[in-house]
Amino acid sequence: MITLNNIDKVYRTERVETLALQNINLDIADGEFVSIMGPSGCGKSTLLNLIGLLDKPTHGKLLLDGMHINGAGDRSLAKMRNEKLGFVFQSFHLVPDLTVLDNVEIPLLYRKIAAGERKKLALAALDRVGLSSRVHHFPTQLSGGQQQRVAIARAIVGKPRIVLADEPTGNLDSAMGDEIMGILQELNEKDGTTVVMVTHDDRFAQQTGRTIRLFDGRQVA
Amino acid sequence: MNIANLKLALRVLARRKVFTAISLVGITLTLVVLMVATAILDNIFAAGKPESNLDRMLFVTVVGRYSKDMSQTSQPGYGFLQKTIRDLPGAERFAYFTQLQTAVIYSGTQRIETQMKRTMPSYWQILDFHFIEGAPFTAADDAADRPVAIITDALRDKVLGSGPAVGRTINLGGQQYRIAGVVSRVPITRISAYAEVWVPIGAVTAELQRATIGEYNGVVLARSRDDFPALKREFNTRVANYKPADDRPGTVTRSGLDTAFEALARPMFNNPENMDAALVLRTIFVSLALLFMTLPALNLVTLNLSRILERAPEIGVRKAFGAPKRTLIAQFVTENVILTLLGGALGFVFTIIALAVLNHTSFIPEAQFNVNARVFGYGMLIAIFFGVFSGFYPAWKMARLNPVNALRGGAL
Repeated sequence: MITLNNIDKVYRTERVETLALQNINLDIADGEFVSIMGPSGCGKSTLLNLIGLLDKPTHGKLLLDGMHINGAGDRSLAKMRNEKLGFVFQSFHLVPDLTVLDNVEIPLLYRKIAAGERKKLALAALDRVGLSSRVHHFPTQLSGGQQQRVAIARAIVGKPRIVLADEPTGNLDSAMGDEIMGILQELNEKDGTTVVMVTHDDRFAQQTGRTIRLFDGRQVA
Repeated sequence: MNIANLKLALRVLARRKVFTAISLVGITLTLVVLMVATAILDNIFAAGKPESNLDRMLFVTVVGRYSKDMSQTSQPGYGFLQKTIRDLPGAERFAYFTQLQTAVIYSGTQRIETQMKRTMPSYWQILDFHFIEGAPFTAADDAADRPVAIITDALRDKVLGSGPAVGRTINLGGQQYRIAGVVSRVPITRISAYAEVWVPIGAVTAELQRATIGEYNGVVLARSRDDFPALKREFNTRVANYKPADDRPGTVTRSGLDTAFEALARPMFNNPENMDAALVLRTIFVSLALLFMTLPALNLVTLNLSRILERAPEIGVRKAFGAPKRTLIAQFVTENVILTLLGGALGFVFTIIALAVLNHTSFIPEAQFNVNARVFGYGMLIAIFFGVFSGFYPAWKMARLNPVNALRGGAL
């Protein structure tokens, strides 16, 4: 499903060159629940961004569903992100000026789907995360846990095969965190969605099928 | 543009009140000036009473005479018009009229300066003045050289008071004229129609019959605009064959049979041979409008650029969920166009007020500017163009944000 071969990621500025990832080799199979762990600054988010096609590797090959993405242009990367991937971010990243329903519809705006159908799919996704009663609220009217559930609904509304979660419980208390973790597990187990999750929390990592550990940009386990 | 994005655009504007207010002030001011200019140009170049047939009218307003040692440009003379536009095949009517002349009316002890035109009787059939009383002077009046005059209601009120005027006389330049009709006042922007008093051309002397240059304008009413090319061709042939007896050998005469816009452009560049004068004038108008829009557009560009960081996480999210650059550019340009359309709507209201003020001051004599559907349409087109013009660069900058940096709320 996801293959990384000898991936390096170097960030260059005028004066400094930072090796964020070095020689990463990774295979993630369809339907896996993988967690990525490591200390701050070890390259976890960079790795997730590469898998999510939000960034490009400096060296090495990246394949998604058997397709090389290294030379892909803006339009085809956007299409792949839209169809195959769903993102959940630590700080939710809901658009504050949009209602819960409009936020969840965002991924569908970039597909040829009629407004009525978009609304139906968004309501179904919100129902799945238990937020059907809050569709017309704005993000600031919701608790952190509720906002993250909206973010999950947005990530799954387009039925992607892969959900990438960057510390989805990082800004939540443990009860809320458990709730979010439960939703991700259900997605993985019931729908067979591949989930790749960056986390600092060993407790949550233990609930995933496999843990990849990074240290100073290198894969150590 | 879907409803969600439209709602988003309005909410963003409502949330950023200071930004929206500053932007709207700039946009509205710009659009008011452009819409007022459009209304004035529309009043000059679009058909409207008494130039209801302006779309079918062609004018001769300038004649040039050139030889080895001479170059002379002037208004046409009576003789030139007789030889070039009289009975043009395919034309419905033709007329000559003088340029505006200042004439003095003596009323008791009062000395009133007024704007006068001398015209042919057919002038009244080409232009559709609104006669409040009386009727135009006729070919019989003209042939008999009768001293008759048509005056505006404004002049009537000034000279004779508001009662009936037909049949009464006015002392125009020391000669008594009988008033044959009173017409509604005409705005100065209706160039071929404007005057306060009209009198017949009167006796045509031999000298007038020979005059190549003089103080006349010619107007030809075509049956339709489709006849313009044929009429112009025939006119050019007549001009090419125009050889006044008293011309020195080697003298060439040039002129043009022009639409209202071309007629304004041609003398402006003082060159009757310059057939591209209209294009040059049009280019100047468009360039001035663009130049005028540039400063407020740059202001809006700067304001928009300053908001990129504020919108960065949203851009990151949209990119992460599959928005291609082109779609994001379209979204942000559309948001800007919505802002400029709001400015356009406000500008429209202020334009109506500004035109009403112009109409009630004597800055432009007898101004009757109004905002019709065409001016409104042009105004909205200008607003949309202004929105795209000032929105594209910031939108392009926003859309090319690196998604990772954007999600961090980050730098360009």
